[in-house]
Amino acid sequence: MKLNHKSSVLLVVLAVVLLFLPFIADALLGRGWVRILDFALLYIMLALGLNIVVGYAGLLDLGYIAFFAVGAYCYALLGSPQFGLHWPFWIVLPLGALLACVFGVLLGAPTLRLRGDYLAIVTLGFGEIVRIFLNNLNAPINITNGPQGINMIDPIRLGTFSLSSEQSLFGLSFPAVHLHYYLFLACTLLVIFISMRLQDSRIGRAWAAIREDEVAATAMGINTRNIKLLAFAMGATFGGAAGGLFAGLQGFVSPESFGLTESIMVLCMVVLGGMGNIKGVVLGGVLLVLLPEALRHGAGPMQQAWFGKTYIDPESLRMLLFGLALIAVMLLRPAGLWPSRQRQRELTEEHEDYDSTR
Amino acid sequence: MTQPADTLLQLSAVGKRFGGLVALSDVTLHIKRGEIYGLIGPNGAGKTTLFNILTGLYFLDTGSFTFDNNSYTRCPPHRLAQAGIARTFQNIRLFANMSALENIMVGRHLRTRTGIWGALTRHAAARAEEATTLQRAYELLRYVGISCPAHTLAKNLSYGEQRRLEIARALATEPKLLALDEPAAGMNATETASLKTLLQAIRAGGITVLLIEHDVKLILGLCDRVAVLDYGKKIAEGVPDEIRNDPAVITAYMGGHAT
Repeated sequence: MKLNHKSSVLLVVLAVVLLFLPFIADALLGRGWVRILDFALLYIMLALGLNIVVGYAGLLDLGYIAFFAVGAYCYALLGSPQFGLHWPFWIVLPLGALLACVFGVLLGAPTLRLRGDYLAIVTLGFGEIVRIFLNNLNAPINITNGPQGINMIDPIRLGTFSLSSEQSLFGLSFPAVHLHYYLFLACTLLVIFISMRLQDSRIGRAWAAIREDEVAATAMGINTRNIKLLAFAMGATFGGAAGGLFAGLQGFVSPESFGLTESIMVLCMVVLGGMGNIKGVVLGGVLLVLLPEALRHGAGPMQQAWFGKTYIDPESLRMLLFGLALIAVMLLRPAGLWPSRQRQRELTEEHEDYDSTR
Repeated sequence: MTQPADTLLQLSAVGKRFGGLVALSDVTLHIKRGEIYGLIGPNGAGKTTLFNILTGLYFLDTGSFTFDNNSYTRCPPHRLAQAGIARTFQNIRLFANMSALENIMVGRHLRTRTGIWGALTRHAAARAEEATTLQRAYELLRYVGISCPAHTLAKNLSYGEQRRLEIARALATEPKLLALDEPAAGMNATETASLKTLLQAIRAGGITVLLIEHDVKLILGLCDRVAVLDYGKKIAEGVPDEIRNDPAVITAYMGGHAT
């Protein structure tokens, strides 16, 4: 890919900012915000995974958080005192992603003939089934510990390098949240890379064709069954990987982290940012994680300053403003904040003579 | 059943019903390699149903059909496309929000192989394949005579160009049989004339063409042989001159009791 001067400068600036972001946030806003950044990255990964299913292939999935849950519980069960297993991170994380991928195919297979509203309802049910299973698998044999969730999950450890304790590198000291930030950033960049490569490929075009017109796609020789399953599997894999990272960061998982609200939240990131456009989805993820937190931290003090007392609980105000923001975006920018633009690919350069000679 | 070597498509006693409605009954016909075969008939005669059976969107209830000496009686659409039957649709079904170029590139899907791994790593073979796909797409754009920039969204093309793009997309699948469902519908005389030239060029390139059309003048001027459907039955078949004078055809089109 060729980049012009301006965009390469922008890219370098962005890289530097991302590299120092945890230190900047730590210094300006406090350590809690670095943790929020970690979560933002997790949600971006989730949103990018869902974007493959919803944005690329056009399959509305309302139970996406189930794959996040599968990845998180896989990590939790294999790396905690629950069963006394302490498998290493580099086995457990891929295993969680793989298991989520299997679940993706399991969800995909019976829903191949469904579209639109019907697909949405089945996937919604699937998400709930997974959550309810996790909630109730504490009897007759205790597997998931039920609503109490699983505690004391092993921290992420790469070899002997633990991310859960402060580490000194290059003369700088990196607290745990910072270390997680860099790992999550690397994973997010990998997910972005995979998404970009897939979108601009034979597979990506097949997904787009199914999204646009399934009948025409199948008449053009696309095996819609396999291609749709592939979309479900890819999306679920990202979800599962993000789930494993989530469990490692939190050290604790319980079914209530994987409710319908979370699924809707991830879907909102995709739709609000701009379905099918990676930059838009990243923007959606950042906004929907950071804004509610900013409101949570800002709304109380602001009311104090303006009115002298807190009239509305910041927590309820958060949801109110969030709802209004969603409505505003849907009215003003129905294609999302950063909608996908028809890509004028670099590839075209060598073929431009075709256009100009006609 | 053995067929003459020059038969590409053979339909034997094909029947299809939708509940109580008999859409097709006992239709037998064959299409020879390299010909332009026309299918005409009044509205509701079963032409599009026949098309949908040939392209796997419907399964037939009775009878059978063979293509290129293989039976494809109950076969999903993508397998038939693989076998070499490509189609266009009566009501244009392009991938509206993809560019003209991408529409054709999708047509190349089943003649290419790059999977996930190739897409991610872009190894040499994947890059070469992608380049060929792109080049072929540009060639087809020019071949069917679309003059808009290649990156125009399909939905922004003019009506005539959308029809042409559908043909280009179908050609991208490297078909043996190109099945066109009313390609001239809504076209003016000039556009129809250039469509005729295009179809003749396609046939000259070695592709057999099956054509459903309402424009009887186009059909009779272009096709080597023509079959006439009425109420799901084949009422006539032959070279255009025979069809023009066939009493059953005249009755079907004019109604009443022509003699």
